[in-house]
Amino acid sequence: MHKTRNILFNVYMGAFLLYLFAPLAIMGGAAFNDNKLPSVYPWKGFTWRWFADLMNDQVMWTSFRNTILVALAVVVIAVPIGTAAAILINSITGRVRAVLYGVMVAPILMPGAVIGISTLLFWNQVSVPSGLHLSVLGQVSYIAAFVMLLVLARLQSFDPALEEAALDLGASHGQVLRRILLPHLTPALAAGGAIAFFQSIENFNVTLFTRGTSNTLTVYVFSKVRSGITPTINALALMLIVMTLVAATWYEIGRRRRARVEAAREAEGRRAAAAEEM
Amino acid sequence: MSAGIDLENVCCDFGSFRAVDNANVAIRPGEFFSFLGPSGCGKTTILRMISGFIEPTQGTIRIGGKDVAGLRPNQRPTALIFQNLALFPLMPIWENITFGLEVRGVDKATRRRKADELLKLVDLPGAADKMVSQLSGGQKQRVAIARALAVEPAVMLLDEPLSALDLKLRQHMRAELRAIQKRTGVTFIYITHDQGEALAMSDRVGVMSQGRIQQIADPRDIYNNPVNGFVASFVGENNVFTGTVQNPAGGVAAFETALGTFRARLGEQARGPGVKLYVRPEHTLLSDAAAPENSVPVTISEVSFEGAFISVMGNAPNGQLLTAEIRNDGSATVPAIGAAMHMSFDPARAAILPDAAVSGG
Amino acid sequence: MQDMLRRYGSSLTGAFVALVAFWLLVLVILPNLTLFEQSFRPYLPVVDVGGPKDTYSFNNYAKFLNNPVVWNLFGFEVTVPVHLKTFLSTVFFSGVVTFITFLLSYPLAYYLAKVVEPRSLPTLILLLFIPLWVSEALRAFAWYIILTFNGPLNAVLVGIGLLDKPVRWQNGVLTAYDAIVIGLVYTYVLFMLFPIYGSVQSLDRNQIEASEDLGAKWWQTHWRVILPHAKPGIASGCVMVFMLSAGSLLVPSVLPSTSSNWFTQTIQQWMLESQDWNTGAAYSFLYILLCTVVVALVMWLFKVKLSDIAK
Ligand SMILES: Nc1ncnc2c1ncn2[C@@H]1O[C@H](COP(=O)(O)OP(=O)(O)OP(=O)(O)O)[C@@H](O)[C@H]1O
Ligand SMILES: [Mg+2]
Repeated sequence: MHKTRNILFNVYMGAFLLYLFAPLAIMGGAAFNDNKLPSVYPWKGFTWRWFADLMNDQVMWTSFRNTILVALAVVVIAVPIGTAAAILINSITGRVRAVLYGVMVAPILMPGAVIGISTLLFWNQVSVPSGLHLSVLGQVSYIAAFVMLLVLARLQSFDPALEEAALDLGASHGQVLRRILLPHLTPALAAGGAIAFFQSIENFNVTLFTRGTSNTLTVYVFSKVRSGITPTINALALMLIVMTLVAATWYEIGRRRRARVEAAREAEGRRAAAAEEM
Repeated sequence: MSAGIDLENVCCDFGSFRAVDNANVAIRPGEFFSFLGPSGCGKTTILRMISGFIEPTQGTIRIGGKDVAGLRPNQRPTALIFQNLALFPLMPIWENITFGLEVRGVDKATRRRKADELLKLVDLPGAADKMVSQLSGGQKQRVAIARALAVEPAVMLLDEPLSALDLKLRQHMRAELRAIQKRTGVTFIYITHDQGEALAMSDRVGVMSQGRIQQIADPRDIYNNPVNGFVASFVGENNVFTGTVQNPAGGVAAFETALGTFRARLGEQARGPGVKLYVRPEHTLLSDAAAPENSVPVTISEVSFEGAFISVMGNAPNGQLLTAEIRNDGSATVPAIGAAMHMSFDPARAAILPDAAVSGG
Repeated sequence: MQDMLRRYGSSLTGAFVALVAFWLLVLVILPNLTLFEQSFRPYLPVVDVGGPKDTYSFNNYAKFLNNPVVWNLFGFEVTVPVHLKTFLSTVFFSGVVTFITFLLSYPLAYYLAKVVEPRSLPTLILLLFIPLWVSEALRAFAWYIILTFNGPLNAVLVGIGLLDKPVRWQNGVLTAYDAIVIGLVYTYVLFMLFPIYGSVQSLDRNQIEASEDLGAKWWQTHWRVILPHAKPGIASGCVMVFMLSAGSLLVPSVLPSTSSNWFTQTIQQWMLESQDWNTGAAYSFLYILLCTVVVALVMWLFKVKLSDIAK
């Protein structure tokens, strides 16, 4: 009985993966179709033309540069804020903590459009014109919450006695932060940075309302999709997907290697303990 | 260099709860001093006050004669060994050990040399480049000691450092710790709830209960001359009799109980209600005939073989269960269950003691 | 706070507090207060701002109830304001998306947590994560390509004889929102999958085996043991998918039909086309209210805390 169940589950899993990846493949495939409209069907022959067009598209390159700059700025601001927030939340208790936590996670649940509009209105009140700098601030307001949640989860596995041990050995508070706490948080900070970066690149809703006249990649794609599409978009999509795949694979290889090293060390510790028994 | 530590009327409150009540103790330079007491009696709190993680609510703490009020942990000449060791998992062993030097700006080559030296001292050469997870429990213990020694503290504070180890290793590490203390001459303040550990290792022991220091004395006195019932029961077994004191004279008194009147030493603070008579099982003698004094007839109810000694239990006429221990050296015959015998004790080996000193009392 | 001072010292604690205060005050609270305040003020030319016409009123909110249209609801004809219709459609179809993503995700979450071989799990999770890193705009665009009249879906279905002639998918077969629902499900299904997976995974396998051992049928085990345990994850997934769907602007704009309208599009029209920021603010505020109601409802229905939802 479990056997049929497992076969069914495996088939379902396969179908689901197909469902996830087929659209991406179709979109990527269309980048090579020599057809004015982006489609794999009807197939009119293989071409690199759309990639060439993409390379010559100045607006695309400006948008691309803007996207990266915004994302970097978001990482630089959101990671420290999220980390500080996690540390703060982690060392208070009771009602204050519950309220503060609520205010911190609220931006995650808020529609991006509303965040964009409120950011625009607030800075407009204090006479700051719209532009990508507002996009950065708007994005930080909810992306910092993601970082906070990641760092908070990691902090829960931190032994505060390590901080005390360091203080006791004569370290200053700054040294404790740099040598003890931050190294422990590194995986969460890296993950937080990556999430912040990709969330920012993905962001459309906040950016649309705050960007002023500047373009980012998502806004550019959006405007292209609405006003006469050419397969250059597919070429761009394919390149982004390939970049993602490379990054993901690279990350996974590194993760597995670290896990192997750690497992080997722990095994050695257990052997040493067993030797001690005798 | 080692320093003495003085606690004068030190109290520590958590809200309305008094965790440490009026502690007074003068620990000498180079001494191995243990705080012994049951879980939750305030031992860790005392240690954390000395190391500076908690400020006392009242009283003065002096290290090497100097009042340390207001000094932060990183400004005190103490090094704490944590209950769970608190080794830094992301640093190799040698960086762990010399962390205290690193934050003082000592250069890398010197630190590396110092690490090797200390690893030799704690008998763990060649572990410098390993990570913490590669070590066994006992090895981690040694690293923690080396790390504390690296900053050349005047006082080492150890919070139940052996509690995580299994029995055999614990006994081995006891000797090791004692040897390291002798070699370095640093003052050790050691915390434990294991009386065997405290008695075996220390120069002097402070027994605590419910935030109060009950007695400070060397291990022999703690065991042989406990000042009150709490100390007597915490550091060993007792046959306890309830009753009233009659005509005390010259440190001796008669003690009237349901089983007759006994003669025993009278403790200094043994006054009023709650006073009881305490006799250790190994000082309780077993005989076929009644002894001239301090003798109780018993019916043997249980004999249990413990290895080095044999524990014999008997019911007194009023039903009270008394225990006598006889040495397993072949000199005595093992009584049969149900046999009618007598248990007696020497007045000099029995003490009339009050209950524990409690807060405000 | 005491604890924090002791652990990090006054200057570091000060820095942490300052960072958090900047975030919460300048980036979150003040903008939302401004939004609230502005929503009660009229949209005026710059010269009139602060003048006698600049008074507080509910006029912006009243626009929500203007322009009645006839709405055919399951055969009944009702007359409702056009923006209310958009709003209700958005809520309804976001609910549909949430429900479909749950149906798709639950078996998969269970499979990943309890059935699959542990060895292949990291790879599977990684595979599932990849589409998340692909921009939402591109994911919606992919379905645009698939669903176009001359696209591959029609080609395949006509090719294998399931359809005699191509269908205009984007205009909707069942409702005007078909394409949008398809796009939203595809875009957000993983936001349902991962929370449920996380909560099913934390269930002790022994509990499942105990239930089977006591004679429960597979569906009884799911209904009585696994689902209750997975509740916080399900709540989290539902809130996330609902919010993301209702708040999406890209998908409804890339995959519209001639008569579909999403509430975010209405807000966008006020903001960017009419340039009436005040009415935009009022509508945004209504949206915040909606979100609050939904989160509160889910918390009440599932009896979970906010910290269970936001993870
Ligand atoms: N930060 C604190 N706040 C409130 N009460 C505390 C705090 N720290 C300790 N206590 C209380 O003070 C008492 C003494 O605690 P302490 O940690 O000193 O005990 P201990 O003797 O070290 O016990 P153990 O052997 O279990 O480690 C306990 O009852 C404990 O609950
Ligand atoms: Mg303790």
